[in-house]
Amino acid sequence: MKLRKLVLASALVAAGASVLMAGNAMAQSKEQFIPVLSYRTGPYAPNGVPWANGYVDYLKLVNARGGINGVKLAFEECETGYDTARSVECYERLKSKGSSFVQPLSTGATFAITEKAPNDKIPVVTVGYGRSESADGSVFKWNFPIAGTYWVAADAIIQAIGQKEGGLDKLKGKKISLVYHDSPFGKEPIPLLQERAAMHGFNLTLLPVTAPGVEQKATWLQVRQNKPDYVVLWGWGVMNSTAIKEAQATGYPREKMYGVWWAGAEPDVKDVADGAKGYNAVTMQHGAEPQSKLVKDVLATIHGKGQGTGPKEEVGQVLYMRGAMSAMLGVEGIRAAQERFGKGKVMTGEQVRWGLENLNLTQPKLDALGFAGVMRPVSTSCMDHMGANWARIHTWDGKGWKFTSEWIQADEQILKPLVKTVAAKYAADKKLTPRTPADCQS
Amino acid sequence: MFYRENGQFKTTYREDQQIFPIAQDRIAMVVLLAVGFLLVPMLSSEYMFRAIFIPFLIFALAAVGVNILVGYCGQISLGSGAFMAVGAYAAYNFFVRIDGIPLLVALVLGGLCAMVFGILFGLPSLRVKGLYLAVATLAAQFFADWMFLRVQWFTNYSPSGSVSVNNLQVFGLSLESPLAKYLFCLSVLVVVALLAKNLVRGAVGREWMAIRDMDVAAAVIGIRPMFAKLSAFAVSSFVVGMAGALWAFIYLGAWEPAAFSVDQSFKLLFMVIIGGMGSIVGSFFGAAFIVVLPIFLNQFLPFITGIFGVEISTAGVSHAELMIFGGLIVWFLIVEPHGLAKLWSIAKQKLRLWPFPH
Repeated sequence: MKLRKLVLASALVAAGASVLMAGNAMAQSKEQFIPVLSYRTGPYAPNGVPWANGYVDYLKLVNARGGINGVKLAFEECETGYDTARSVECYERLKSKGSSFVQPLSTGATFAITEKAPNDKIPVVTVGYGRSESADGSVFKWNFPIAGTYWVAADAIIQAIGQKEGGLDKLKGKKISLVYHDSPFGKEPIPLLQERAAMHGFNLTLLPVTAPGVEQKATWLQVRQNKPDYVVLWGWGVMNSTAIKEAQATGYPREKMYGVWWAGAEPDVKDVADGAKGYNAVTMQHGAEPQSKLVKDVLATIHGKGQGTGPKEEVGQVLYMRGAMSAMLGVEGIRAAQERFGKGKVMTGEQVRWGLENLNLTQPKLDALGFAGVMRPVSTSCMDHMGANWARIHTWDGKGWKFTSEWIQADEQILKPLVKTVAAKYAADKKLTPRTPADCQS
Repeated sequence: MFYRENGQFKTTYREDQQIFPIAQDRIAMVVLLAVGFLLVPMLSSEYMFRAIFIPFLIFALAAVGVNILVGYCGQISLGSGAFMAVGAYAAYNFFVRIDGIPLLVALVLGGLCAMVFGILFGLPSLRVKGLYLAVATLAAQFFADWMFLRVQWFTNYSPSGSVSVNNLQVFGLSLESPLAKYLFCLSVLVVVALLAKNLVRGAVGREWMAIRDMDVAAAVIGIRPMFAKLSAFAVSSFVVGMAGALWAFIYLGAWEPAAFSVDQSFKLLFMVIIGGMGSIVGSFFGAAFIVVLPIFLNQFLPFITGIFGVEISTAGVSHAELMIFGGLIVWFLIVEPHGLAKLWSIAKQKLRLWPFPH
């Protein structure tokens, strides 16, 4: 009986509290609100945690530096567990607090939120992931794959392989295998790689790996039989370390493996340490930069005061930097919006959209923010929501990631038509009318 | 005091056999429907609609479907996620390939495709039982995962394999606003739940239950096991398929095969077990438990710790959420192995005697 009363009472308290909380959510603050969708639990947490730490630390850093022209940032983290349904729930929950922009951090969630964002007037910022064709701003008005997409990553990898072979024309007759996570994320680079294969005459074999990718024996058996000259690894989470271990077991040289940027951070190779020596991965305007000014600033002003989000040692690692630069691009979008719509004011989603579309991050601006040596300039426009298509390759030396290539620019001649045709198909399916230059002024 | 049927005399068979023989139940049902259709739309915020009510309604629908198969007919199935996927992708294909097809027709056609798929994968149930059948239906899950990832035709040759719909309309009314979506889901659920309730009360339902309780005895008294089992698979996968189509069209808007992974199958099975096997109302309780409780815990825990001045990290909240959720599942199953629906009926029994128990 007692227990029952206890349950009843707690249920009542809970119901009351939820009403109260709903009331709290209604209270709008004078701060610029940024939702943080992250996954610190679940199968992909090893990669999700450093990203989220970098993201949140950067937002804290902006506040420590005095906010955006005096406007402080408010943020709230919501755990998605990389689950699409939970991501959508988080998006809806944080939306009611007045989201400036949203970074879904999952391909599945990006697809779902892309359909909702235009109605809610919230820009979707997908730094380096999401749908590659959303670089076409005339069709995807609310999507911003700033500073690179998976197609840029794939193109950079092929160019890096070409450089290694001594010219793209040397790729003729070579065999390249794509070992990919069997999901929209993994399938994303295929159209571009096929285009490149047709251009340079190399053989592309597609080897899908069922998610989450702990079982790859069959795939690597095919690699052993097929003996490709290069393996492009489009992996994610536990799939990466498994792939590298399998490569070690089959004796496939790690030097000939190139990973996407989700397959090129410390958590992916730490377990195999020496076994992964020589393994390469593409980075898009991020990478381990423990000596950059940003890292020093974070360590001094955030971690120095004991307000850091993650372990101090991980500040400046690959995905940490990725998180920080993702946050920076969004924050700079707000700053750009303020420059047009009024400094020191809280921006709406629509205004932030304008800011993201007219982002002009020159090198001096980036240097002032502490990104000297980390990033190259980014400048977006109405038609081009990507803004930059530069990437670098870094290589694991057994202890850390070291850059092993110069900046590589993805080939616009290949990217542009591909983006255009796929975006046009999306527009046709959805019966959307692409924006006209006049619409760009708004 | 108020909840007793004294003085309510039944004078016809019809009255005796209605769904709610007690007048108070009928009133409660009318009130509940009024709350659902009128009060909730007036009071809810957009967040409540989009993140709580719509997923709850869709999963309740799916749980009703699974309950018919698992709870009423006793055929344990782990293929529900696949049936949802078939419903969703079939409805999608009808929707994009046939110009101007009404949404409702696409949904029903999606459900019908799921039905055919369900009957096909229900065939093993004629030979294998219990846990072995669960394993056999798991094949449906993996087959669907494979099919929608690899067969490009189903995803309309989209390069990434993920598909989306928009401009949804029903009878010329746009389904863009959360309120419209909510009412649409609620209407579908009410209609399907009523049909399901009548099915399980009728001859077919009795056959299912006979098969569940003892199939040999059922066969001896003249029930055709093949018909009973396959009809349960058919009805169940039709309803689950419709729910899948709603989940994809109304809730997600754009989806990939991972949205209907084996996790969904497990979730649906848990809903049925926790809610109450062989009970339509139990499906609703189960869906509420599985869908709403984690979200509630996730928001409630920081609030509670906030009162005591302790700040809890996001990761901490979600670990605690999983632990408490798991604990509650175990606790409820120990307290009442027959599920929340049984608790509900015990409460009703007690209410009849209240406030003067023997």
